[in-house]
Amino acid sequence: MASDTAVISETGSEEGVRRRDWIHIAALSTAGVGGASLLFPLISQMAPSADVLAASTTDVDVSAIQPGQSIKAVFRKQPLFVKRLTPEEIAKAKADDGAPMRDPATLAERTKQGHEDILVTMGVCTHLGCVPLGAAEGENKGEFGGYFCPCHGSHYDVAGRIRKGPAPLNLRVPEYEFTSDAVIRVG
Amino acid sequence: MSFAWAKQYEPKTALTKWLDEKLPLPRLVYNAVGAGYPVPRNLNYMWNFGVLAGFCLMIQIVTGVVLAMHYAANQAVAFATVEHIMRNVNWGWALRYAHANGASFFFIVVYLHIFRGFFYSSYKAPREMIWLLGVVIFLLMMATAFMGYVLPWGQMSFWGAQVITGLFSAIPLVGEPLQVWLLGGFAPDNAALNRFFSLHFLLPFVILGVVILHIWALHIPGSSNPTGVEVKSESDTVPFHPYYTAKDGFGLGVFLIAFATMVFFLPNALGHPDNYIEANPLSTPAHIVPEWYFWPFYAILRAFTGDLTIPFTGIVLIPAKLLGVIAMFGSILLWFILPWLDKSPVRSGHYRPLFNKFFWFGLIPAMIVLFVCGGAPAEEPYVILSQVATAYYFLHFLVILPIVSQIEVPKPLPFSITEAVLGKDAAAEARTGAGAAGDVGPLPEVSLQPAE
Amino acid sequence: MTIRLGGIIFGLAITAVMVLWSLIPGAYNLAFGPAPEKQPSAAFYEHGEGPAGGFSFDGPFGKWDVAQLQRGYQVYKEVCSACHSLKFVAFRNLRDLGYSEAEVDAEAATWTVPGIDPNTGEATTRPGEPTDYFPSPYPNAIAAAAANNNAIPPDLSLITKARHDGSNYLYSLLTGYGEPDPEKAKKVGFETPAGLYFNKHFPNVNIAMPPPLSIDGQVTYADGTDATIPQMAEDVAAFLTWTAEPSLVARKQTGWAVLGFLLFATALAFLSYKQIWAGVKPKKK
Repeated sequence: MASDTAVISETGSEEGVRRRDWIHIAALSTAGVGGASLLFPLISQMAPSADVLAASTTDVDVSAIQPGQSIKAVFRKQPLFVKRLTPEEIAKAKADDGAPMRDPATLAERTKQGHEDILVTMGVCTHLGCVPLGAAEGENKGEFGGYFCPCHGSHYDVAGRIRKGPAPLNLRVPEYEFTSDAVIRVG
Repeated sequence: MSFAWAKQYEPKTALTKWLDEKLPLPRLVYNAVGAGYPVPRNLNYMWNFGVLAGFCLMIQIVTGVVLAMHYAANQAVAFATVEHIMRNVNWGWALRYAHANGASFFFIVVYLHIFRGFFYSSYKAPREMIWLLGVVIFLLMMATAFMGYVLPWGQMSFWGAQVITGLFSAIPLVGEPLQVWLLGGFAPDNAALNRFFSLHFLLPFVILGVVILHIWALHIPGSSNPTGVEVKSESDTVPFHPYYTAKDGFGLGVFLIAFATMVFFLPNALGHPDNYIEANPLSTPAHIVPEWYFWPFYAILRAFTGDLTIPFTGIVLIPAKLLGVIAMFGSILLWFILPWLDKSPVRSGHYRPLFNKFFWFGLIPAMIVLFVCGGAPAEEPYVILSQVATAYYFLHFLVILPIVSQIEVPKPLPFSITEAVLGKDAAAEARTGAGAAGDVGPLPEVSLQPAE
Repeated sequence: MTIRLGGIIFGLAITAVMVLWSLIPGAYNLAFGPAPEKQPSAAFYEHGEGPAGGFSFDGPFGKWDVAQLQRGYQVYKEVCSACHSLKFVAFRNLRDLGYSEAEVDAEAATWTVPGIDPNTGEATTRPGEPTDYFPSPYPNAIAAAAANNNAIPPDLSLITKARHDGSNYLYSLLTGYGEPDPEKAKKVGFETPAGLYFNKHFPNVNIAMPPPLSIDGQVTYADGTDATIPQMAEDVAAFLTWTAEPSLVARKQTGWAVLGFLLFATALAFLSYKQIWAGVKPKKK
């Protein structure tokens, strides 16, 4: 009768044990697979939801921006800088195209053909995500006359390229197109 | 405490030895739900529901925490954030339906657990404390479920909040100010919604704490069993693991099949369509009913239709509204004194012929009638039916049970659990050398090795 | 002992109060009191049923009929949207109905949604974008009530979940307009109040909504389906079932996968359980 209450592994022959164990291993691993697959919805629910993911576009009227002036718009809940460069700034940016840079890019690559006076960038410092200064009148434009991030001292030039400070990349140029000469559609 | 023959935890690796010295958590688990907990060998499937209830609590906490990441407790947007969960959040519909149906399944499981206790008199000494803590858990569950139902801010949510807090206004003198205080206003609004959300988040963790006490209290006398005869020797028990972990694993599978069927195929069957209409303080739905698990108690509340008056004088002693509230709370609070109402020395309903009859032909039909009437509109014949059932409900617990337990002649009990399982001869063989003892609980003698 | 005595006294007292002050007066009133008056409208109510053959999404294996959802959307757009909003549904959700991204962009642009003039900040309107939600035909509830004889047309996003057996109810409601049997009406003294419409499938048979689908061919379906009233009713009921629960089909399909897994796992758990208990199995004589 002792075998009545003994655990199963203590009974039966070697082979019997192995054959009997098989079903427990199968049951336990199936339960494990089930438990693990429950993690999938629990983790994926924290990813952006459908409404956040739904691509949205922002139309910006650029016709009223004077040379040397910038405006801030909002694109997907983040600031968007649209700047009309002065001829001097364009010349300066072009002159710097060949200068040593952390993230080399030319002004032509960062603007649209025929509209190289319009610089559209995200207003998000590529270091840790602060909003750089320089888009509004009278703000510190940094050592290179473009944008300056006050959080950790990143200096961007007139074309939004990183020139000094900790930021690793140039200010990001989002996807956009000119729907007319006056209006850009971002996104 | 435990039985003398309980297996001892023996850490094998260096890590588990070190852990056992510093924080003997594996030992605790081993003794609580592992091989170190000897359990009567004759438990039937009704004993699965304790573990299942614990599992339900886990489902609710996990899905609830996740839903709270997307929900906003503000009356302007609460309804819309629930729809946001249903439509936009990844797997949001599955999580919300699991949470909503999880509440229902939690109550199904707990009701079966409680009625198991009624039938097998699990509340009796030495297990009164387990029972009392269980009633506390049930009350906390009711409060949590009610507040959770308010959160989607649909029509039933809103009017449920209005009506349930209205119960407190029945209390003389302090009632009306109390209701205003509970709601933080004169009608359910932002203040009420926010505090309900806060408490709905908090209370499950309080429940978890009381559940731990409930299990702790269980491990002092050990589990009851269908014969009601206490464990006498090792042959009466098997270790919890692997015997009952395996059985609970199978029970869990059956439970999950039923649960998944509801969540994926009938997710709104247990809910009310009106809760998909946003709360409207200016219009009450035609039939407001609480969630199904409150129906029996809602029926008791509504059964009192007449004021208690002194006949022919018109003087009202207790208005009907207050009577209903007293009866509704009383119907659950009386469970607290159940261990002292039923004095029968025999626990199991199987060996109590009279009690058995009252249970199956009195209490169960009365509960079914109360359940049906609670969900039905307040019209005949439901009102009269619920009144008869309410009267029986109180008579059953407060009058019939004490009297039956005095006058009843119980059937002869088996000598031991082993005997109940194996039959007399085999059991006698098994207990060779065991002293005959009364029904007094575990014996100190250890390990009865039978003659092979 | 005191507890038991107290319990018995309380039990008897509350039962006596119940029986003497509630049950007996109630039973007396039921037996000898006046019979409760029935609303005459109750004589005309008929429980509605869904379309013959049911909906494509009915049952555990149900699927959307995408062409039907598109037709239903057309009915909503051309008929219902004049009074009813659909505020929880965005134009981007129309992708589920089998439209391409470009088609959704174009469809969204046919709707006018409230906007803000970027230069002046004044409230204005603009064409819809996929991320916009369906606009409400009224600026607020008061305007909706004022335009509709004080009956606010409900938002339709969740309507099939907000009514019992909603898809079938909606179909029966849209096809349930007519006139009450005049002889029967005369007998019980029933008359549809002015400004309301008789509908035998509406709970009190007098509904504030005028018959929205009044003639066959009210919409011209792009796919050439014959737009009879029952056809339009079925299509729009299907569409509004989708708006109420876009995840309905995905939910059922997930359910089968989950159930299949659980059946397998439970069978294994059962075998494992039986194996473990093989030695202690009760062998009652």
